Amino acid sequence: MTEKQLLKGSVALARGAIDAGCRFYFGYPITPQNDIPEYLSAALPAVGGVFIQAESELASINMVLGAAAAGEMAMTSSSGPGISLMQEGLSYLAGSELPAIVVNISRSGPGLGGIAPTQGDYMQATRGGGHGDYRLIVLAPNSAQEMYDLAGEAFRLAFRYRNPAMILGDAILGQMKEPVQLKDPLPPPEDKPWALSGAKNRPPRLVKSLYLKDGEMTVHNLKLLDKYNALKENEVKVEVDCPPRCGLVVVAFGSCSRIVRTAVDRIRKRGYNVGLVRPITLFPFPEKAVRQSAASSGRVLVVEMNTGQMVDDVRLACDGNSKIYFKGYPGGAVPTPEQIEAEIENIMGRGGLQACQQ
Amino acid sequence: MSTVTEKKVFAAPSLLKDNLFHFCPGCHHGLVHRLAAEAIDQFDLGSKAIGVIGVGCGVLLYDYLAIDCCEAPHGRAPAVATGIKRANPESFVFTYQGDGDLAAIGTSEIFHTANRQENITVIFVNNSVYGMTGGQMAPTTLPGQKTTTTPAGRKPAGDGYPINAAELIASLKGTAYAARVSCHDHAHIRKARQAMRRAFQAQVENRGFALIEVLSACPTNWRLSPQQSVKRIEEEMIPTFPLGVYKDF
Repeated sequence: MTEKQLLKGSVALARGAIDAGCRFYFGYPITPQNDIPEYLSAALPAVGGVFIQAESELASINMVLGAAAAGEMAMTSSSGPGISLMQEGLSYLAGSELPAIVVNISRSGPGLGGIAPTQGDYMQATRGGGHGDYRLIVLAPNSAQEMYDLAGEAFRLAFRYRNPAMILGDAILGQMKEPVQLKDPLPPPEDKPWALSGAKNRPPRLVKSLYLKDGEMTVHNLKLLDKYNALKENEVKVEVDCPPRCGLVVVAFGSCSRIVRTAVDRIRKRGYNVGLVRPITLFPFPEKAVRQSAASSGRVLVVEMNTGQMVDDVRLACDGNSKIYFKGYPGGAVPTPEQIEAEIENIMGRGGLQACQQ
Repeated sequence: MSTVTEKKVFAAPSLLKDNLFHFCPGCHHGLVHRLAAEAIDQFDLGSKAIGVIGVGCGVLLYDYLAIDCCEAPHGRAPAVATGIKRANPESFVFTYQGDGDLAAIGTSEIFHTANRQENITVIFVNNSVYGMTGGQMAPTTLPGQKTTTTPAGRKPAGDGYPINAAELIASLKGTAYAARVSCHDHAHIRKARQAMRRAFQAQVENRGFALIEVLSACPTNWRLSPQQSVKRIEEEMIPTFPLGVYKDF
């Protein structure tokens, strides 16, 4: 089981879900995520699981809701327009406190948009794209290995906090092949005293999100808030690589962070210190790591493949104490490391770069 | 001295809770709840029944039936029921849906769930109006019927014709059982009870998808008395929604 395999990102994610114990997938075709349902349509029945190609994303997410209500590890995947249709179900999953995984292999938008790699769904993912006062757990892998690993981690977090989790990727992460270290299957989630199975030798259980009585909904919202605060306290994941005397810290996530990594390495090879902060959890956002890294350098460059979304979270984290620059590549435009390197030099200026010489 | 022996000949279904119904006077939801509770008792399903409750006046079913329940988003109950039943094939899964839920916003889910032969039971309460939101036009509103959104009466050209769900669902190959019954008098309630049992039996015997449509009164939103409402079912609803078993396994 614990061998290394060369896997496409989408397949790595699907394999990671199965190895984590997921046995239920419900989905509807949409590019560029079709490798996930295609892989699972054969792989899940082979391990005694269930695969259903649903009639729509509305049906998919609600089948996920049903399987989750029955206490099972269930997931779906989609892209842009399909994820928009799932927002209703995501809101109900959050309100009903059910664990489930939704994978968004993003495409550009608005509307039908395009299928090239993009990060334009950051806001939708991290702000709770459906109605009501809730948050999703949002994980942003940047390699095939992380597509595999974070599938399991998403299930762990979803069951621990009884909250839906999203894995936010794009076509680069879905399509590229990299070596992936497989892992032993995770132990099944602990006791689920909320799961529906029929009221045998116990009182009936109820999965619901309707709270009509005076004050009930406030109590429920505050209970959910406690959960989101606990996530912020305990579950932040971030990669911080900031050498001493950094004149600039670059913040990037997902596929974009791989390109930024190359750009930062090139600058460092030339003898200058530039830092890199990569949020792995987008919610909870690594506010502290961003704030501290920004404070030590005073300047932050946020690079995203959109018109500026995560940059808002960086600004909130820095709270006006650092100078924030933004460079965006929307609509499927993928930057080259050279472009980002040039952007860094542009911000720093010749004098600025020399000030952070190694 | 003579002794009197008492023999119990009638009792409430064991799963019906002692809570007061929130339903309006003359509403038939309470009756449909009871028929469902009786069918659960008959097949001894209390310990494995899971109700999936759509959005509408029936949403508080879990306040009245002592079984596991899951709320579903508006129209999506058949998809939620699919997830539950696939996850736990040993459970008995039924949805409880109104006409707006099943025949307007949820047409996609109900059709495809039947078409996949999901082994679930659907209880569909058709009272020809949106009850909980205050009497707006439903997909089953009769031509000419005045509602709060068809103040001049429903006009089929533009507003659409009433949708006959039982017949449509019966036309799908995946459907094992589809019937329409009514609750407006004792004779019809008896027939409704038989149909409810048959719709439950279909799932118990793994026959596939079963739907029972129940014509039901909504005196409040019809602006009629309970007596007038019963008469309306007989004289106006049944001609548009003929009673009968449209498919049987």
